[in-house]
Amino acid sequence: MNKDTAAYLKGKKKQILETWMGNQVKDAALRDDLMSVAELQQQSEEFLSALLNAFNTPEAEDTESAGYEPIHDILSDISITRARQGFSPRETSTYILSLKQVLSQELEEQLRGNPALLYQELLSMNRIMDSLGMVTMETYIKGREEVILRQTSEISEISTPVIRVWEGILALPIIGTLDSARTQVVMEALLQEIVATSSRIAILDISGVPTVDSLVAQHLIKTVSAARLMGAECIISGIRAEIAQTIVHLGIDLTNIYTKATLASALKMAFSMLNIQVSRAPKQNLGF
Amino acid sequence: MIVLSKEKFPIEKEQDVILFRNRIKELATRTGMSLVNQTKLMTAASELVRNMLRYAGGGVTLLEIVSRSSIPGVRLTFIDEGPGIKDVHQAMKDGFSTGKSLGLGLPGAKRLVNEFDIKSEPGKGTTVTIIRWKNGL
Repeated sequence: MNKDTAAYLKGKKKQILETWMGNQVKDAALRDDLMSVAELQQQSEEFLSALLNAFNTPEAEDTESAGYEPIHDILSDISITRARQGFSPRETSTYILSLKQVLSQELEEQLRGNPALLYQELLSMNRIMDSLGMVTMETYIKGREEVILRQTSEISEISTPVIRVWEGILALPIIGTLDSARTQVVMEALLQEIVATSSRIAILDISGVPTVDSLVAQHLIKTVSAARLMGAECIISGIRAEIAQTIVHLGIDLTNIYTKATLASALKMAFSMLNIQVSRAPKQNLGF
Repeated sequence: MIVLSKEKFPIEKEQDVILFRNRIKELATRTGMSLVNQTKLMTAASELVRNMLRYAGGGVTLLEIVSRSSIPGVRLTFIDEGPGIKDVHQAMKDGFSTGKSLGLGLPGAKRLVNEFDIKSEPGKGTTVTIIRWKNGL
C-alpha cells in the first residue's frame, strides 16, 4: 500500500471509526443483547488503530508479517469471544467486512482523481481485509470447537442420579453408554447412597443404554457385586427384547442377577422382597 | 456378492465407538434389517471395535452394504496394525482373555453375525470381517 494513502487513512481514523461504528450499530445483525455498544466501540477502536499502523509498514500486504501480529491477536480474541457468546458466523464476519466497506469509501473519496492508483489501493486493501476475514472465520470455528469439546466432556461427566423411590429402595436410571469411567462414577454414587440411606435394594435401569456388549455387562456385574458386598441386592431392569436376545447370543451369564423387563416390575419385586404390600385404598371421597 | 456402498471409518478414540455404532445403525436400517438383527450387528461391531481400541490402539473399519442373490446385508471389516493374536483358535474360545475382560468378545461376536472371518499375524495386525444378512437368523 502506498505510504501517502496509509498516512491519509491514519489521519482519517476518527471519521472511519465513526462511520464504521455507525454501520455496525445500524446493522440489524448487531446483537446488543450480547455485547454493549460501548464495549464494541472500544474493541473497534483498538482494532482500527492496530490495522492503520500495519498499513503504514513496508510489508503492509503480507498479513503474515510481524506488523500484523497484534491484529491477529485482537481478531482471534474477538472471534473466539463471539463464538462463545453465541454470535452467528455471519454476525462475526460482518464485523470485519463492514470495515472494508468504510475503507473503500474513504479511498474512493481521496483518490477519485487518480483511477489507476485507486484501483491498485482498493485491490491491496481488499486482499488484506479478505485475508483478515479468513483469520476471523478460522478462529471463530476454533472457538466453536472448544465449546463443543467442553460440552462433550460435560455430558460424559453428568453423573447418574441415584433416586430414593421408597424407603430402602434406590433406583438408578443409566442413560448412554457405560464405559469404564462412567461405571466408576455410577458405582461410587450408588455405594454412597446405599450407606447414606441404608437401602437394601437398588434397581439399575438400563432402558437408556443403547447397546449392551460384554464390556457394559462386565461393568454391570461389577457394580452388582460391589453392592452385594455392602449387603444390598440389585435388580437390573429395562432389558428390552432385542437386548435380551443379544445377551444370550453373546453368552453373558446374568443368571445370578435379578433382571426385569420394566422398572415397574422391578419395583414390584423389590416390594415383595421387603415384604411391603401396596394396595389400592377402598374408595373414599377425599375431595380430589 | 455385489457391493452396493462402501465407506471407511477410522477408529482412534473411545468416543468414535458411539459414532461408529450410530453409522452402522443407519446402514442396517437402510437394508431393512429388523431391530433384533440390527442390535446383534451393532453389539458384535461394538465388541470388535473395543478390541481394536484396547489391544491395537485403534484402526480402520470398512462399512459396506452388500447383496447376495438380491438379499441385502451389512459387511464390516476391522483392520488394525496391532500386536496380532498369537493363538486365534484359543482366542475364539468362550472365557479366554489376555486382558481382564469376560473373554466373550470374539466368540460372542461370531455368534451374533452370519459370517465371521478372522486373520491375524503376530506383530503385523488383525483383520476381522463380519456379515449380517437382512433376514439371516
